[in-house]
Amino acid sequence: MKLSSRHLLGLDGMPAKDIELILETATSFKEILNRPIKKVPTLQGKTIVNLFFENSTRTRISFELAERRLSADVVNFSAAGSSVSKGETLKDTARNIEAMKIDMVVIRHNVAGTPNFLTQVVKSNVINAGDGIHEHPTQALLDMYTLKEQFGKLENVRVCIVGDIAHSRVALSNIYGLTTMGAEVSVCGPATLIPRGIEKLGVKVFYRLDDVISKVDALNVLRIQLERQAGGMFPTLREYHRFFGVTKERLSRVDHPITIMHPGPINRDVELSADVADGPHSVILEQVLNGVAVRMATLYLLSATE
Amino acid sequence: MSDIILFQSGSLMDPQSHIDFVTDILVKDGRIETIKPSISSKKEYQVIDLKGKAICPGFMDMHVHLREPGFEHKETIETGTLSAAFGGFTAVCCMPNTNPAIDDESIALFVQSQGKKANGGIVDVYPIGAVTKKRDGKELAPIAELVQAGAVGLSDDGAPVSDAEVMRRALEYAGMFDVPVIQHCEEPSLSKHGVMNEGLVSTSLGLPGIPSVAEEVMIARDLMLTQYTKGRYHVAHVSTAGSVELIRAAKKEKSQVTCEVTPHHFTLVDEVVRSFNTNTKMNPPLRTQGDVDAIKGGLRDGTIDVIATDHAPHSLDEKEVDYIQAPFGIVGLETAIGLAMTELVHTGILSFAQLIEKFSVNPRRIVGKPVAIEEGQEANFTFIDPNAEWKVDVASFKSKSKNSPFDGRILKGRPIGIMNHGHVLLY
Repeated sequence: MKLSSRHLLGLDGMPAKDIELILETATSFKEILNRPIKKVPTLQGKTIVNLFFENSTRTRISFELAERRLSADVVNFSAAGSSVSKGETLKDTARNIEAMKIDMVVIRHNVAGTPNFLTQVVKSNVINAGDGIHEHPTQALLDMYTLKEQFGKLENVRVCIVGDIAHSRVALSNIYGLTTMGAEVSVCGPATLIPRGIEKLGVKVFYRLDDVISKVDALNVLRIQLERQAGGMFPTLREYHRFFGVTKERLSRVDHPITIMHPGPINRDVELSADVADGPHSVILEQVLNGVAVRMATLYLLSATE
Repeated sequence: MSDIILFQSGSLMDPQSHIDFVTDILVKDGRIETIKPSISSKKEYQVIDLKGKAICPGFMDMHVHLREPGFEHKETIETGTLSAAFGGFTAVCCMPNTNPAIDDESIALFVQSQGKKANGGIVDVYPIGAVTKKRDGKELAPIAELVQAGAVGLSDDGAPVSDAEVMRRALEYAGMFDVPVIQHCEEPSLSKHGVMNEGLVSTSLGLPGIPSVAEEVMIARDLMLTQYTKGRYHVAHVSTAGSVELIRAAKKEKSQVTCEVTPHHFTLVDEVVRSFNTNTKMNPPLRTQGDVDAIKGGLRDGTIDVIATDHAPHSLDEKEVDYIQAPFGIVGLETAIGLAMTELVHTGILSFAQLIEKFSVNPRRIVGKPVAIEEGQEANFTFIDPNAEWKVDVASFKSKSKNSPFDGRILKGRPIGIMNHGHVLLY
């Protein structure tokens, strides 16, 4: 079995069978992660560059761990202090790095579409590790993997993504992936943070958390960027927490357990109260572990494409 | 080379005098000597066969960026007017967002002088003066001196005159000289850092959007100011259905308002941005099918007076970057007529005569540079083969820049040459 594309740019348009293949493959890699010796020789001799133009801690570490556990040679590049800050273009940077014989490029960039652009200027496999507010496909894949672990399937699982939908690549990739797999997806947040046309992507829109909370199996709670408040998107953090914060009190009003996910890092007691984040229905740390397995699966499968 | 040219068997089309028939035209020393169905040739005549081709009053593109002075790596007046000549235009109006801006008479005179030198002066270059000094929207530029120096309109294009008071005074002041204030309508607090139309596609791509209302609120405001001041107002590059509706209503009230649309805004929709091709990035952005349909309706019923290209050359390096960093704008001069013929005339939205109004009669009326095909008048012609099928190839563009989203597109109908100031150019 092979993926139908040699790049992972996003989940928009990715066929269900590709998503299934990655999730299935991740299961075997997760099993490896639970062994005493966590390293396999799968990508020995391959060189992967992590091209990070935007700050990232967990995604970069997760990718790097995945790469090292597959025995690939890893090069890390971060924009600060590089020739990018001297005005070099992305095209020149990428071509220069590739001239050193790279096999795969993992890119994180603050502008939507840069991974797509990269595929036009380099020959390596390109993996999107987050581009602006467009896509973050490996995050959505690990979210879907986690949901599948919880519910045994994705079809008809009811998931609500809560928070700043308008500025979230995690939300968009989850919407694309989950709707492809037949899940029932809704979004909830202040109207100022719900982007126009989102309902045309096959999701229901809610402006009150209490209206949706009883109708879902899982909540994927997004980090609220503090600068959005300064940007006039909502009045105060307190008000946000009161109306959109996921709290124990709010969850206790629902008669069934709800799985709580968060892509991190959490603003405790803003979008998610501490007792929920650390509570029995939180799978947040499981998501982190699954992230490594899903990224190993992605790298392995892409290396096998033409 | 003879000074007497006989154009044979062309279809003469001039909607101003309702002419539409096959005829010969004799041009002597750049003037139209005789128009009649059959003129016998003499051996000293240069004979040009135009059978099956149309002879139209010279087309004008009233919205181009020639980039000189200041941005000669994108375009010069020499390359820009050559692009215009090969696009079928005998005149262009160049926007003042140069460096320095065309905000005083010396730059206005410089631009015209470069235009006269370029390519034998076959394309007339009429400057648009800035509305405000340095185009910064604060203090009025010396409008009277600019007009005296040849400016045919005023605009801060690339940026709007966003202050309502400044716009009011500009309309009043420019109104004294009967020149239009040409507004780039974009309320900056709404368009912010947007790079494409706000809607399903911008949401799907995670690109910041420019909402249609950013254009419409400024048009609505300006229309009220125009009514109040009795000034002359021209809306550049209309892009939304709401804008068309606002202008249609204002015209019913007999306001002195005119407007233009670009070929890309009646041809493409925001779906094409999904490629992340930076040649789909322009301002105003490509909108939706509903907007395209409304624009076509506006062209048909006369709400939209003019087709103008907003020819905006950028070098390859400038465009070969990510979508947010890339500059707005595409080249348009060499595809305008082909796109309009294909999208509007061959689809029955406009008659060929209406097309000539949008490309020649109306823009020339708005900026006060009319031409007519009549005996005794200077010969100022655009020749068109209405049925020629051709493929756009950016490599063949005369423009210094190749930033077009239309590369490889098949079009039906194209210009085949122009005549102006005694010069004939047949491609």
